[in-house]
Parts: sequence; structure tokens; C-alpha cells
Amino acid sequence: MEVLKEEGVDTIFGFPGGVIIDINDELDKTDIRYILVRHEQAAVHAADGYARASGKVGVCLVTSGPGATNTVTGIASAYMDSIPVVVFTGQVPTSLIGNDAFQEVDIVGITRPCTKHNYLVKDPKKLAETVREAFHLARSGRPGPVLVDLPKDVSQSKISFEMPPPPKMKSYSPHTEPHKQQLEKAIKLILKAKKPVIFAGGGVILSGAYKELTKFAKKLNIPVTASLMGLGGFPGTDRLWLGMLGMHGTYRANMSTGACDLLIGIGVRFDDRVTGKIDTFAQNAKIIHIDIDPTSIQKNVPITVPIVSDCKIALKQLNKLIEKVDLKELLKSRPNWLKQIEEWKNTTPLAYEQTDIIKPQFVVEKLYELTKGKAIITTEVGQNQMWAAQYYHFDQPNHFITSGGLGVMGFGFPAAIGAQLACPKKTVIDIAGDGSIQMNIQELIVAVANKLPVKVAILNNRYLGMVRQWQELFYDKRYAATNMEHAPDFVKVAEAYGAVGLRATRPAEVEEIIKKALATPKTVIMDFVVEREECVYPMVPAGKAITEMLLA
Amino acid sequence: MTEERKHTISLLVDNESGVLSRVTGLFSGRGFNIESLCVAETLDPELSRITLVTRGSERIVEQINKQLNKLINIRKVIDLTDTEFVEREMALVKVRAKEEHRAEILRIVDIFRCKVVDVSPGYYTVEVTGSDEKIAAILSLLKQIGVKEIARTGAIALAREAKK
Ligand SMILES: Cc1ncc(C[n+]2csc(CCOP(=O)(O)OP(=O)(O)O)c2C)c(N)n1
Ligand SMILES: [Mg+2]
Repeated sequence: MEVLKEEGVDTIFGFPGGVIIDINDELDKTDIRYILVRHEQAAVHAADGYARASGKVGVCLVTSGPGATNTVTGIASAYMDSIPVVVFTGQVPTSLIGNDAFQEVDIVGITRPCTKHNYLVKDPKKLAETVREAFHLARSGRPGPVLVDLPKDVSQSKISFEMPPPPKMKSYSPHTEPHKQQLEKAIKLILKAKKPVIFAGGGVILSGAYKELTKFAKKLNIPVTASLMGLGGFPGTDRLWLGMLGMHGTYRANMSTGACDLLIGIGVRFDDRVTGKIDTFAQNAKIIHIDIDPTSIQKNVPITVPIVSDCKIALKQLNKLIEKVDLKELLKSRPNWLKQIEEWKNTTPLAYEQTDIIKPQFVVEKLYELTKGKAIITTEVGQNQMWAAQYYHFDQPNHFITSGGLGVMGFGFPAAIGAQLACPKKTVIDIAGDGSIQMNIQELIVAVANKLPVKVAILNNRYLGMVRQWQELFYDKRYAATNMEHAPDFVKVAEAYGAVGLRATRPAEVEEIIKKALATPKTVIMDFVVEREECVYPMVPAGKAITEMLLA
Repeated sequence: MTEERKHTISLLVDNESGVLSRVTGLFSGRGFNIESLCVAETLDPELSRITLVTRGSERIVEQINKQLNKLINIRKVIDLTDTEFVEREMALVKVRAKEEHRAEILRIVDIFRCKVVDVSPGYYTVEVTGSDEKIAAILSLLKQIGVKEIARTGAIALAREAKK
């Protein structure tokens, strides 16, 4: 407990069980806030949302066996998105480990490939030190989830306690400072480039490099695109903003990446959803790649200048280096490039047609308008996620919270609970799909019980829409297993849980419903009955170059 | 893509349970291959050395090295491939030793500087140490006589000290 406080823990998400009764008992005597979730998967997503909104490490505590296995999806999502979370799992007593004891599972074995690191603590004397290491690993370098498995006898033992010093680990020292030479090489390329593009990713958010990136891009007048995880790393209303890149990226972002002569990737990992057909990706460009994780570099695309560094530190130093350079000549060539991009924007903007049925894009636009772009948005997975990314323009970091790498349905709502606990004064909205919301809908009671004014906006198309879209486009409209007509009445569900339920069925009602929800200081579900067969465009079919977009 | 090539990688790792499975899990999870693998404690009882032989293009092997470095329990990753190093494997070969073949077997053992470590009615067990080429060579000879079974280690390797 002492170590937890030393590490700045003020909130723990958990669910109890036999082997952690002692820990919960002790926890109850502290002033650490304990949030009792209704499913352990949700505990991890909530800790993930909490971590992203607060910049701290999210913490979970669950029991052995089923409690532990239920966390795996959450851990895998946090791992893919590099989110600092520490998960404590109970374990059967050390004397029983390996005996197939009741509720025993080798959670360290199970989570080995989806944690940054994990521990089984066998010796109570090592406990405090291990917990400190776990927090250190979770938050430093490329962050990620760390699991600590605590056998019952270890958590029951009483030993004298002394706060261990901050950990010094022999085999772990992430490289955070860039190589000077590499920076100079990068500057040279940047000064030569006629058609540069910056591609920002989650690393910009995680390292807190928003200001540095904005300064860098503006000074050099370089347009900026981002991965799903990078949204908010650069102001989404700036004239240099291109929109998101990739499978559902904007026309201008994908075209300019295809045409650029220099791509500056910052805190990205060139995931296949972004690159499309890999050998055609940015094929005319030299690539500078800044990332703290050396394994991200040269993994998917060949890099001209690799820079292993914390993004913020690298950008700070790059900004310093360009201060000394006379940019007048360089900036002369830029208007042509920006004009070309402007043209792409004007000929092929993000667009949809509002009919007398509510369009999901319209709902997101209205949410953006009525929250003045200031809300923290979490999402579920599918079309709802992509429309949120396309039509809500993020001007600040840590305001867009989504399961990017793993793409877990059921993420958004518990993540919103976590974000709301981290930022009680903010408006937090989960932009949801009717399918996904059902995957963790039980957490409604957690929001209600903790008086959290979280809002859920269900873009209710009565389909597993994203899969249906693929079926429409590539499977001759055979909608196998994607029809969600049989669904609960979400307004009644909300009410049953003690939340507020609202529904809009016509476009004219959308604004009114959103206003009402925003004015209600309670948990609210908004059920928007939207066009069933709307598709997300642009779309790059799997395996195609990102410049080969379907536009409608 | 560059050509696939054999790489010998030496790892110094924390001598704790679970470390080996972190290494092998990394290889299986990411689709890298392991041709052979040897583990044993070093002089420092806190550390073990894993010698690992893998095959891949430059790009893949670069990833392998980086991914290994990223594992928290790995203290040091040394790709010996383009350095001066010594490498040995060992095999125990149980050869059918009929009366008329015994002299031939002993001659082969002599030429390859191996040892007969066990003699039982009808069988000799031969210990061979050397490069994998040497082991392959002696095996192909002994197979003509008749090999009942073999046990082989993977490669173990150490860097050569710089010559003064
Ligand atoms: C846990 C999980 N299972 C399956 C999927 C595959 N999947 C991706 S999107 C999607 C449809 C989601 O439907 P819905 O929540 O209604 O969102 P929509 O696309 O309709 O907006 C599915 C099934 C997933 N991402 N996560
Ligand atoms: Mg749906």
C-alpha cells in the first residue's frame, strides 16, 4: 500500500475474489479510491482510459483464475497502444502453484506476449521492490502494461517494511536522447524537401510532444497527418492539418503521403492499417522516423534516417537546430505543395449526404459543434470509431481515447468511465456502436453508482456495421452474422440501470437530444437511430495502395 | 530483400525461471525460427548464457536482435555472426558395431578426433565435438555403417579475444 501511494496511485479498478480478500481489506483502510467494476475486462479498459486522460499509470486489482483471464483482452489492448497500466492479479498460494488448484491459472504465462513485462512474486521480501519496478517499467520508455501476480501467502505475509529506492534495473534503460548526428542528417533532408509531410502517431501523445510538434510543423510550414492514435497530437483545425492517414484516412492525407518526397514519422509504427500495400507506401519519399522503440524502426518500411528517441526530446532539439537556419529560401517552394493539398481537399473533402434519416456522421458533427470540440471522446470499434476520428476534430492531445492496435469492441464505455474519473470536470462521451456497447454494457451501473456524468452516443445502425460494410463491398452484400436487429431497447436499459435514456429518430431531433444530454449531470445514453447501410469513406480496400481509395 | 543467412546470437540473461520461455515465445510469436538453442549458467550464478542459432534476412535478424534487447530479463545480446568467434556442437552417436565394422568405426573416430565413450554388445557410442559441418560429415559416414540413434546439442559459442 505504501508503495502504491509513493507511486502516486489514487484510483484502483478491480473486482474481488478469494485470494485477494486480504489486499482489498487493506486497501479499504487507505484513502485510495476503489472502483468496483462489473467485469474485469472493463477494469483494465477503465484503467487504460484513466491513464490516457490523466497521464498517470492506471491500476487494476483482480483475483486469480477467471478474474485474471478476464483481464487479458484489456491488457492486450493496452499493450498494442502502449498505455501504462499495472495489473495486480491474485494467485493461489505458492505451495499450490502447479497443482491445478482451484482458480489457478498461469497468468504470467498467458500474458507474457501481451505485457511489457510481468512478475510472479514468490518472496514477500521482494514485493515492494517488484511493485516499484512494475510502475517504473509501465511508465518509462515505450510505456505498456505490466502484470504482477501475487500468491495469497505472499499478500498475507507480514514483514517489516522499508520503502525501496527508485528502481535501478540492470537490463533496462530506454534510450530517450537522440543522436546528434542523426538529427543533423534529418535537418539536411528537411531543408532539401520540396513536398514534405509529417506523420504523427501515438508516441506524440504519450511523450507529451504536442507543443513541440506544433511549433516544428508551423515553423517549417509542413502539413501534418496522423494515425488514429496520433489524433490530437496536432491541432485538428489548423490549416496545416491533413486529417487522418490510412484505410479510412482523408483523400488529401493519403494523396499527399503518396506524393510527398519526405515523410517525417514521429511516434508511429507504420501499422498495416496506415500503410496499405506496403511497397507502395510513400514510395517517392525518403523517410525520417523518430520513435523511442528501436523495434518499430525498420520493421515495416525502410527508413532513411532513423532516430531512436523520446519524441518530445527529439522535436525540442530539432526545433533548436532549425532556429539557426535561414528558412526563407526553403519556404518559398512550400506554397505550391500546400496549394496542391488544398486542391485535393476541395475536390474531395470528407462528405456525406443528409437525407431524412439520421446520418451517423451528422451526429458526430453535432457532438463536435455542441461540445465546441472540447470533450474527451472515447470510442467503441467499427464504423462509429472511424466516424468519430473523421468528424470530431481534436485540437488537444489526450482527448481521443480509442482501442487502436487491438480494436476491442467494448472498450469505449469503460474507458470513458476511467477518463471521467480522471477528469471530473470534463465532458466525456463514448461514441458507440450498437454492437460494441453491448459488450460492456454492464458497466452502466458503475457509472451510475459513482455518479459519473458519462455520455454514450450510440450510432445505432442495427448492424455490426463495419463488418457489414466489407460484406457490402466485397461479399456481394451477403450479410452473414452481422444483423443486429434483435437488440435491447437502449433507453429502457439506461433507465433500468438508473441512468437517463434518450432517443433520436429524425435529423431534427439530434441537436435537441445532445443538448439535453449535455445539460444532464448524470449518466446518459443517447440512442441515435441512424441510416442502416451507411459506409465509411474514403476506404482503402485491404492490400491496396493508400492512394487507391473508394470514395463512395 | 537480402539473402537469408545463419546467425549465431549469444545472450546473457537473468538466471530466473520463465526467461527461456520469454525468448522462445518471442520467436514463435513473431514467426522467427530457431535452428538450435543452448542454455546454461555462467560463472556468475545470477546469469545464464543462451546461445541461439537462427536464420533470416538482414531485416529479420535486425528485428530479432532488437526484440531480444527489448526483453527485460535479457542483459546483453551479441550477434557473433560477423565477428571472430569459436563455435562448437556436440553429438552422441550410437553406431551399430558388428564385428566386421569395428575397425572401420575406430578409424573414422580417429580421423575425426572423436571418442568412443560407451561400448556395449553390438554398439559403440561415439562422442563428436566440432562445427556442424564436421558433425554432418562424420554422421554421413557412420550412417553407412548403421546409426541406431543420436543426441545432439545446439551450438555454443564465444567471441575470440582480440589478438594483441
Ligand atoms: C471483441 C471484438 N470482436 C469482434 C470484432 C470485429 N469487429 C470489428 S468492427 C465490428 C462491428 C462493430 O459493430 P458496432 O459496434 O455496431 O459498430 P458499427 O461498425 O456498426 O458502428 C466487429 C464485429 C472486434 N473488433 N472486437
Ligand atoms: Mg452498429
